[in-house]
Parts: sequence; C-alpha cells; structure tokens
Amino acid sequence: MTNSIDDLAKAKAFFVIGSNTTEQHPIIGAGMKRAVRKGATLIVADPRRIELARMAAIHLMHRPGSDIALLNGLCHVIIREDLHDKEFVANRTEGFEEMKALLEGYTPARVEEITGIPAADIQKAARLYAASRPAAILYSMGITQHASGHAAVMAVANLAMLCGNIGVEGGGVYPLRGQNNVQGACDMGCLPAVFPGYQQVANPEARIKFEKAWGVSLSDKPGLTVVEMMNAAHAGKLKAMYVMGENPLVTDPDLQHVEAGLKRLDFLAVQDIFFTETAALADVILPGNAFAEKQGTFTNTERRVQLVRRAVEPPGEAGSDWQIISAIAGRLAGDKASWEYDSPAAIMAEAAALTPQYAGISHERLEKGGIQWPCPSPDHPGTKILHVGQFSRGLGKFSAVEHIPPVEQTDAEYPLILTTGRRLQHYHSGSMTHRVAGLNTLLPEERMEIHPADASSLGLADGDMALIESRRGQVKSRVQLTERIKPGVVFMTFHFPETAVNLLTIAALDPVAKIPEYKVAAVRVKRAE
Amino acid sequence: MMTLTINGKRTEASGGAILDVAKANGIRIPTLCHHPALAPQGACRLCLVEVKGMRALQPACTFPVTEGMEVQTDSPKVRAARKFVLELLLSDHPQDCMTCEMCGNCALQDLIYEYGVKETPFAGDRHLYPLDDRDPFILRDMEKCIRCRRCIRACDEIQAVNAITMINRGFRSKVAAAFDTRLQDSNCVFCGQCISVCPTGALTEKDSHGLGRAWQIEKVTTICPYCGVGCTLDLNLRDGRVIKATSNWNDSVNRGVLCVKGRFGWQFLHNPDRLTRPLMRSSLWREISGTEGTPAKYDGFVETDWETALDTVADKLSAARTAYGPDAVGILASAKCTNEENYLVQKLARREIGTNNVDHCARL
Amino acid sequence: MTIEELERIRVEVNQELAARGEQAMPNGELKPPRPGEVRVVLRNCGQINPERIEEYIARDGYFALCKALNMTPEQVIDEVKSSGLRGRGGAGFPAGQKWLFARQALAARPAPADGAPAAYLICNGDEGDPGAFMDRAVLEGDPHSVLEGMAIAAYAMGATQSYIYVRAEYPVAVEHLQTAIPQARQLGLLGKNIFGKGFDFDVDIRIGAGAFVCGEETALIDSIEGRRGEPRPRPPFPAVSGLWGKPTSVNNVETLANVPQILLKGADWFAGMGTEKSKGTKTFAIAGKVKNTGLIEVPMGITLREIIYDIGGGILNDKQFKAAQTGGPLGGCLPAKYLDTPIDFESLVAAGSLMGSGGLIVLDENDCMVDVARFFMDFTQDESCGKCPPCSLGTRRLLEILTRLTRAEGTEKDMQTLEYLTENISMASLCALGQGSVNPVVTTMRHFREEYEAHVLDKFCPSGVCKGMFHYEIIADTCNGCGACRLKCPDKVIKGAKKEPHEIDLANCIVCGDCYKACKFAAIAIRPGPTPRSRLPNL
Repeated sequence: MTNSIDDLAKAKAFFVIGSNTTEQHPIIGAGMKRAVRKGATLIVADPRRIELARMAAIHLMHRPGSDIALLNGLCHVIIREDLHDKEFVANRTEGFEEMKALLEGYTPARVEEITGIPAADIQKAARLYAASRPAAILYSMGITQHASGHAAVMAVANLAMLCGNIGVEGGGVYPLRGQNNVQGACDMGCLPAVFPGYQQVANPEARIKFEKAWGVSLSDKPGLTVVEMMNAAHAGKLKAMYVMGENPLVTDPDLQHVEAGLKRLDFLAVQDIFFTETAALADVILPGNAFAEKQGTFTNTERRVQLVRRAVEPPGEAGSDWQIISAIAGRLAGDKASWEYDSPAAIMAEAAALTPQYAGISHERLEKGGIQWPCPSPDHPGTKILHVGQFSRGLGKFSAVEHIPPVEQTDAEYPLILTTGRRLQHYHSGSMTHRVAGLNTLLPEERMEIHPADASSLGLADGDMALIESRRGQVKSRVQLTERIKPGVVFMTFHFPETAVNLLTIAALDPVAKIPEYKVAAVRVKRAE
Repeated sequence: MMTLTINGKRTEASGGAILDVAKANGIRIPTLCHHPALAPQGACRLCLVEVKGMRALQPACTFPVTEGMEVQTDSPKVRAARKFVLELLLSDHPQDCMTCEMCGNCALQDLIYEYGVKETPFAGDRHLYPLDDRDPFILRDMEKCIRCRRCIRACDEIQAVNAITMINRGFRSKVAAAFDTRLQDSNCVFCGQCISVCPTGALTEKDSHGLGRAWQIEKVTTICPYCGVGCTLDLNLRDGRVIKATSNWNDSVNRGVLCVKGRFGWQFLHNPDRLTRPLMRSSLWREISGTEGTPAKYDGFVETDWETALDTVADKLSAARTAYGPDAVGILASAKCTNEENYLVQKLARREIGTNNVDHCARL
Repeated sequence: MTIEELERIRVEVNQELAARGEQAMPNGELKPPRPGEVRVVLRNCGQINPERIEEYIARDGYFALCKALNMTPEQVIDEVKSSGLRGRGGAGFPAGQKWLFARQALAARPAPADGAPAAYLICNGDEGDPGAFMDRAVLEGDPHSVLEGMAIAAYAMGATQSYIYVRAEYPVAVEHLQTAIPQARQLGLLGKNIFGKGFDFDVDIRIGAGAFVCGEETALIDSIEGRRGEPRPRPPFPAVSGLWGKPTSVNNVETLANVPQILLKGADWFAGMGTEKSKGTKTFAIAGKVKNTGLIEVPMGITLREIIYDIGGGILNDKQFKAAQTGGPLGGCLPAKYLDTPIDFESLVAAGSLMGSGGLIVLDENDCMVDVARFFMDFTQDESCGKCPPCSLGTRRLLEILTRLTRAEGTEKDMQTLEYLTENISMASLCALGQGSVNPVVTTMRHFREEYEAHVLDKFCPSGVCKGMFHYEIIADTCNGCGACRLKCPDKVIKGAKKEPHEIDLANCIVCGDCYKACKFAAIAIRPGPTPRSRLPNL
C-alpha cells in the first residue's frame, strides 16, 4: 500500500475494484463506510453487488476478467474530457503519450462491449473519480488473480497517477493484502526471485551481499513459484518439499493436478498446527505454533511491522517454528551452531541488517508500537506514505497495457463464469475457522451464488444441491439464488475442503507475477441428484 | 482561551465539553453512556453538573464550556441527582452481581458502590426478559441493560452496520435488532463491538462465561492472525488459556475496532485437534526403525520423537538435493508465520539447499 | 408573480366572494367568534375555501411576503422582534430572536460545497397534546397563512428549504397542504426567485408517526432525518446545528400563521394586544366541564374566569369549578385562586403550569385530582422516548405510585417518594417532556394536597372517582323521594317509598354512580369507605 489505513479517512473518494472490503478487510471496510457516511464519494467495480455497492455513488458490475478494459476506459474518458492532473503528469511521470495513444481505442462504447457496463456509467464513474481529490484506489485479489493480473495492477497505477493521487494524503493505491503476514513473507524474501528486501537473486551485487553475510555461495537462478512447483512435482522434476503453514491441497488451483504432483514427491514434510489435507500426504508432520504461542513480528498491509507476543504455551510437544527450522537447517549445514539464535529478536536483528527497508527496525523499538517500512535507520520514524515528491524509480511510469481476455472463455459446453473469493466468517482452507463453533453456526457450508435467472433456466431452487463441473473437475455445492451476482456468473469460496472449489479452477498463470487465474473459469452447472 | 471556574477553582480552556475540561484538570465526573470512542449523547444523566444560571442540571459530556462559566461537579445537589438516577437504574436491574459475568468490570456496579446506593426507594415493575442465547458469540441479557445505547452507537458510528436500535418507547424501550429477531437474522456481522462498549453485563462474550473475572485475567497484546489489516488485540488469559479477545482502544491500526474473526476466532488455539507430537508416515517409520511404532490418531501415521523427526527431514531433503540437485527441492513458507520464521525458511532454502525454490501463498 | 398580478387576483376574487355572499365554509371545530375573542390566526378559518389559493389572496394573502421581500432580512427580524411575537408551541421563545440566532450561525460557517441547503426552516405541526387542535384548525382552514409565514421566516433567517411536520392523525391538514403547496408553486409564490427578488424557497411535508415527543424540536429533527425521534441535549441548539447539522429554526404553526399579519399590520398593531411580555393573541382548545367547548382565540392577558365563564359559558351543570389544567400533559392544574390571574407565559409558569400549545381542560368538583395526575402520568410515561432514566424510569415509578394511591394502596412514604421523584425528574431529565412530566403531579400536590391526604390517610376519594375508595349515601334531610335514583339503579339496591327519603343498601351497592348523576337535588353525598362490592380485586 502506498498510503496508510489511517489515511483513508482523509480521502474524498474511494474507487474499490476487485475487493469485497467489508468482508475481507472488515476494519478497512468499516473505515470506508464511515468516511462515505461523512460525505466521501464511493465508486465500486465488482461483478457482485457487494455490501459496499449499496452505499456507492455508482456500482460498475463488470464481467470477471475485464478489469483492464474498464480501467483503460476510465482513463480514456478522463483524458478525453481533460480531467487529468496535468501538472502531476508533466512533472512526476513518463510514458503518458504512449499510453494516451493506446487508450484512444478504449472508447466507452468499446469498453461497454468488453465489460458489459453501459457506456454512460463508465463516463459517470470517470468523472466522479476525477472530480474528487484526493481519491484512494483499493483493490485486492479481484484485480490480481488473473492471467493478466500484473497488467491490471499497472492499469490501476495509471489511473491513480493520471489524477495525481500518488504521494498525497488521502490518495494512493491500496492493494489490500489477504493474510496477516503476506506482506512480511514477501519482505523476508519468501519469493523465488528475490532475497529479503526485494533484492534480486539475479543481481550480482545483491547476491554478493548475501553470500558474504551467510558465508556460502548462492544460486543466481530464480526459483519456482507455488504453482510451478506443483507442475514440476507432477513432471517428476521436483522430488522433495517442505511446507510450513500452508495447505496447497485446498488453496491451490486445479487440485487434482496438485494432488497428483504431491503424491509423486519422494518426500514431503509439513509443519502445521492441524492435520490438514496437505499434511495427510506428508511423510513427516511437525507440530508448530499458533500465533498466540509465538514471539516475533507480522507486517500488515500498510507495511507496519508489529510485535506478536507469546501469550500461551503451545500444546503438548508442539515446538517453536523458528527453532524447528533452525534445527533442520543446522542439520543440513552439518553445523548446528551456525543456526543457533537466542531469540526471535536476534533473528530480526540479522534480517534487518540485510533488508534495507527494515534496517531501523528491532523488537526493542517495536515494543512501543508498530513501525511502517521503509525505516532505514534506528532513529527513522517509518514511512506513512510512499512516493511523496518522487517515485522510487524517479518518474512514475505510465504503462500502456491492453485488455487481455481470460485464458478460459465460456462456450456452449461450459457456459457460466465461475469466480472465486472469500467470506467474512471463514478463512482460507478453514483449518482455523472451522474449529470455531460460532463461525460454523454463522456459515455452516458453502453456498454457491447464482443469479435467479440462470438458476431458473437450470431448474435450480434456493438451497438445492448442484453439481458444478469444469474441464478439470467437479464439486457439489448447495446453491443460493441471489441478485447480488451478475447473470452468467457464479461465485464460490474456497473455505470448505468438502466443497473444494479449486478442483474447478484453472492453473493458468500470469506471465510475470505467476499468479493463478482464480477469478475466471468456465463451468457448467446442473442439479445434483 | 477562555476562563471558567470549576468547583470554585479558576481554570483555562480552549473549548470542548465540561467533561473534557474537567478531566484535563484532574476532576473526575462519573459517566455511564459516555465512551471515548463514541459521540456524546447526554442520555444517562450521570455526568450532570450544576451550571450557574441554568435551572436544570446539565450533562457535562455535551455541555460546552463558555467564558466565565461557573460549574459545580460534586455539589450536594449534583450528587443527589446522580444518586437518584442510580436508584432508578437499580430499581430496574437484577441484583445478581455475585454471578454476573461483568462483576468487577461493571460501570453501574462501580457507581452504585461509589454513591452508596444500598437499596432503591422505588418498588415497582422491573423488565423481565429471558436470557437471549439464540446467537453464537454474543449473549444478550437485556434485564441488565441500562439503555445507555453505547452498543447502538458503536454499531452505527464505529462499524457502520446499524444492526441494532431501540425498539418501543419509554419504560418498554429495548435494544434489539429490527423486529426483535435473532442477530443472525439481522444484518449483524458479529464483530462484537457492542460487547466491547457495554458498561454492564447486558452484552457479554457467550463462550467466555464463567471462565474468569476482570481481576483474574491477564492481558497480552498481540496481532490478529487473520487478514492483512493487522489489528491489535488483547488476548485475555486465565490459567494459561485464552478465554477471550478484547479490543485495544489505544493501538494505532484498528483503534479498538475488531471483526468477528478477530474477536471470536481464537478458539482454534485450544482445539483438541491441535498437533502435539511429531508424526511420521507408518511406512517411513518402519523403513527407519524396523518397528511398527505407536499409531497416531490419523490413519497411516505413527507418533515419533523430535530428534528422529528432525533428522529424517534433514536426511530426506539432503538426499533429494544430493541425488537430483538443489532445484529438486521446493520450500513453501507461510503468510501465517512470522517475519523471523520466514526469514529463516528462505535462508534455509538458499543457504542450505542452494535453491531459490521458495515461495508462499502470496498469490492465493 | 408580481405585486400587480397579486392585486388583480385579490380584486377579482373579492368580487366573486361578494357575489357568493357571506356563506362561510364549514369548519367543524370552529364556532363563530364570541364576545372577547380576537381572531388573528383563525381569521380565515371557516371563512375561505382553504383549497383555493385565490381566496387566501383575496384576504390579503401573500402581500406580506411581497412586503417582506422588499425589506432586508434584518428588517424583517427587527419587525417581528419588536412585535413581541413569542413561540406558540409552549416555550414562548421570541420568534425573531430565534431567526436571528440561526442567521448568525449561518453567517459564521462556509457555504456547503455540495449544493445542499445551507439552513432549514421547520414548521412544527406535531400537535400532540390530547384535546388540543389549534394547529389543526389553521392547517385545515388556512394552510396558506402558514406557508406564507414560513416563507417570510425562511427569508429572515436565510433558509431556502423547509419542512412542515404534520401528524399523520391529521389527514385533512395533510391533504390541504398537499393542495396548497403546488398551488403556491404554480403561482410562483414558492420555488425559485419569488416575486423576482432572487429568493428561492420551497416546502416539503413530513408526516409524523405518532410520537408525542416529536413535538420537541430536536426529536422532530431526528424524525425528519429518518431516525427514531428522540430529543438531543442542547446546546448545540438547532439554530446552530439542527437538521442535517445545518442552522435550523423550528417554529410552531400558530407562530408562523401570525407572521404575515404582523408584517401587514405592523409590529405596533400586534404589540398593542396582550400583556407587557406576552403580545398578541393566543388560541386555546377548551375542553372538559365547561358549557361551550371548542377553539377560541383571545388576546393575551385575558383571565381564566373570562375564558371559562364569559366565553365558555360557565361550568357544565353549574357545578363547582375545581381546577383548570393548562399546557397539556406537561402543564399544571390551577385552582380557583388563579381564576383572575391574567394569562400570559410568565404568569402561568409562576403558577406552576405552562402556556403550552394552548390546551385548557376545565375540571369540576367531581374530578379527582389524584386521578387526573395519574391520567396525565399514564400518558407521559407512555410517550417518554426512553432515552434518559429520570424520564423513562422515573415517570413509570410515578405512575406506579399514583396508581397505588387511586387504588387505596397508598402510604405516607409514597407521598414522600412522589415528592422526591418529581423534584429530581424535573431537575435531571434530558428534555422538556421529562422535566415537565411532573407538573400535573406537582401542581395537584401543591394545590390539592388534602385530596392526596384523603387518599392516603383515609383511603377516601372525596370526588367520588377512585373505585373502592368511597360510597354514596342519600341525605335523608335533603332527599324528597322523587325516585329518580331508584329508577336508575341497575342493581335495584335503592329502596324508599315515594316522597319519602330513600336509602341505599350498601351491602349490595357496586357504587356505579348512576344514582349520583340522576339526583337533581344534591341529596346524594360521597362518603369514605368502600362497599363490599366496590372493592377492587388485588392485582
């Protein structure tokens, strides 16, 4: 996120695209609702009539997979009507003319064809966004979980920069991170192409730095992403896996493929707090700690590093995750002493020394409250807003990005679009939330959302069981008839392993971000007997 | 700056309500319906003060200070009026502090004590409602409700949900969802913000009843394990177990606001399904030890000890690396784990295995 | 619309009206004025067809608005201030001053960016006092006088949008407003650029949902905003932060209906009527034990005696006057010693009552003052919004005690508790409803303490109202044996020969009171003590 959660209260307008904020990030959602009640303008783009849409000045119900076209259409209208921030564009950005040339083709009429949104609404939304400054753009997986996800992110940045909404209070781009520490896991280099602090493994300078620090030579070859690992396992190229606190056998796309891949492994170790679906395939299962048993830090969506404190003892012999990893690594190194840390604070000290953004962060400082990175030195207060006065690369780059249709199109055989997401009451594969009785009372099972018009042509009534099939698999789910969903689209979550929607999803990846296209798969639905 | 007199003492203020100015001057005025996170509403009449020139007593929480104002916050007249209000509240309140969940953490109890209201002079009807336990998480004992509306205002002003409101009028007025349905049947999102502001035992955490009183609880401030907002929460502990999670109004991210998962989603911690010992696939165990081992409660697994488990993992990873090269090993880190753990995992992958095959579910 | 056009309509329609003759339009509540009445607010009621704006214009309608728009807002405020017009809703706050406060608050804040109105005028037509229908008569019989008053008030205070809040129980008033507003818009008397003076103003109707408390201005504002109507603490006053947080003036129907006349005839004319601090006229709805009930309009300063005996024709059946209840449920009961007090805002408050909106209920010797207090408390506790404990719980406790008193279950401690409650409820309640709710109890306890004591100490209701607390006895010396009581008695428990004194068989009398009402010779007396069959069951 370029800006902070607090900053949202200062926004005059919000453009929310691909984020069901009140369910996925309820505290940010509530903050936005408060701001809208006090007069801020809200524009929502989502194929579902999410809660925020009810209080929006306009709701753009676009087809899943047409985000880039929609964003380009908005930029087209803003430029054509001369509503953009000329000073910002001239002084802070580059690539405007190229983008403008490409945007010529994204007339409201053409965008209407691609997105299904009336041209007049596209114009209205563009004017609303341009008229209210500062304006914040919030997005989440609705933008990124596409084979064109990285391009859509650029299209979002284009729109924000066009109206000078970067580097200002109340403006900014808010990619809302889904998990408590997804930001931190990325920051710490748990990505195949980067060391901690986003230092490229392919960059010799960075590599030398880490080789020096760790006293070994390191590979310069970017590694595999999750889905690529599953493919490699399936192909017999990946032989052993170590999985810490993840449940790919529920959360990854195209589960039959994932299962086959994991079964082909010579060795699978899983470190988790519950006997998950993935753990069931493991050779060794190591019992780890839950959050309340940990000492350490999480980094939230606004880059705030916060102290996690141990409140209770882990059950039975369950071990501290950091000690488990150290113990294995020490054995692999053949030198247990080289992996001995006094405490999580000592680990952070080592990580911070190698991670420029974390250089000024220590557990001791965090005792007094969280710090937002970049925090380059111990006396630095942290950074609330990124790109003030200057982008990290100097000038902000407009990227001319074309609409790319989803990999899988609907056809006569698979006529409906399946889009997936989450709900308020449960979390991911449910290994935590399904063990909270009250949450199960509130949301006991999956209910696939389908528009009454689609349901009636399929002979489905509310509460019926349906069989949903894609080219990759099939699941049974109860259906909920609702006008919240766009006709032609059905919505499911991945919270219920017994209704594993990822049996249906496609493992098509974005070429850059390698993110799977969870948001669009072609399916057919029929009554389950 | 203006000058005013509070309890005969001259003081300066730049504005604000009498309550705030008094507090800044170290003068405590009792309140019930007031909550720092909510807009003042002047309803409970506990913060009544004497303002010179006004016939009736005025609520300190809403009445603005003005130049030359003379205020009495603790005069006999004021104390009498407060006692009167407390006597009225007590006349409509079950007197079961002994078993009340909020005993020791109840604003009404504290004030009844402070004002020495031993008994109420008003014999009369009392609200009689059955305990409303129809919903998960939130237990509603409306007999204990003093109709301060903090819950309604929290639902409105903080969460912007507006699931609850007052129904009926006068003596019969009651906090309820529309048509007095279950909360599940309303637009309630079960964030429990209403519980966090309730001054009495009217709204409490259903699953925490009987597990510990305010003074028996130790609080540890930590971060919520669910979404990326990173809300601060206070885990309330007794005897080494979490018994509830509460808001922390002073933190800088969520400022005391929580959602249903944050406030109530901690119960998995003490679930009997938690893995408590290292497990190994039975076939692997046989291969290593030549024995059958102790069966685990999961089919196909046996229990093992840490040394064996750790050695086996290291040996197997090492063997794969040796046989097929470092890139034949893949490591999945976790967006649920700490920065420290994730740092170690990628270091393990890069330093000890020699591969960059390290990723986590950032894209899921 | 121009002044010439308005003049043309006035002349034309007056000719038409002259041709129609003196035939007044029907108005059920309003009788022809009696000597002593002065009609300012009610002047057109029953005289014109309220559904024709032209007839209002014929009666000088909208000329005052034209005149006002040729003055500065400050001049209008000054004119109304010097007329001495005070709020007719009950509190008696000077109307011009209220507008001035709103105008000052408006000037002190930036213009709204969103194009929403910067300030609001609200006409309070939520006439909730039982038995009061002054505002209803005006809204039904002369809606344009209210609309014109609203336009002038809005111009003075700086509002461009207004709401008129009317009870749903007044369907005819709503209907007549729904007719009048489009008519005024049609003629350009509402809407944009009225009289070409650049003044934009419009009126919308909001219909209440039956809550008495919505007559309180902050509760009324909540209700218009779409919320449950509940009073808010003041300050901030609506003049500073009212409807949707904007400067707002809330004025009563009758107040506003006075305004056009003040503008037309001048402040001096208006100030020429009434007392030193209460100018002009006041409408009253007379009800109860008086010969002529109904709506009247009289100059301020008139005495209760003049209203009750001269205009009202005296007490029904020539019984003894006991008390006048003024000011509605939040007002008080005034005994005979106040009959010659000139009525104005201050004198009524000094006597422990209120002007209120003008309800006036006359009570005679057969009304029990404890029961009257209980009756009003029943109303008030039912209408309490429930926001503050002194009112929501306190009025309930008062009702419970008063009910005990009227059921012969009262104790001396109850009397003390009553005093303790009334004193504190009035001191600690949030709004005028709670603070005023105790007035019927306080005034009856002050002026009729002996009745309370009779109820508590003797378990006797001297007025013969509270069941089980009295019985009837035929006074042998007075009874002439006419037999009227014997014939009326449903249980045939009265015995007696013709022209001989009769006697009641108390063992079987249910104390229904039919004999008492039937006796034309005051030969039946009310005596302490129940009869076996008049005792109430224990609840």
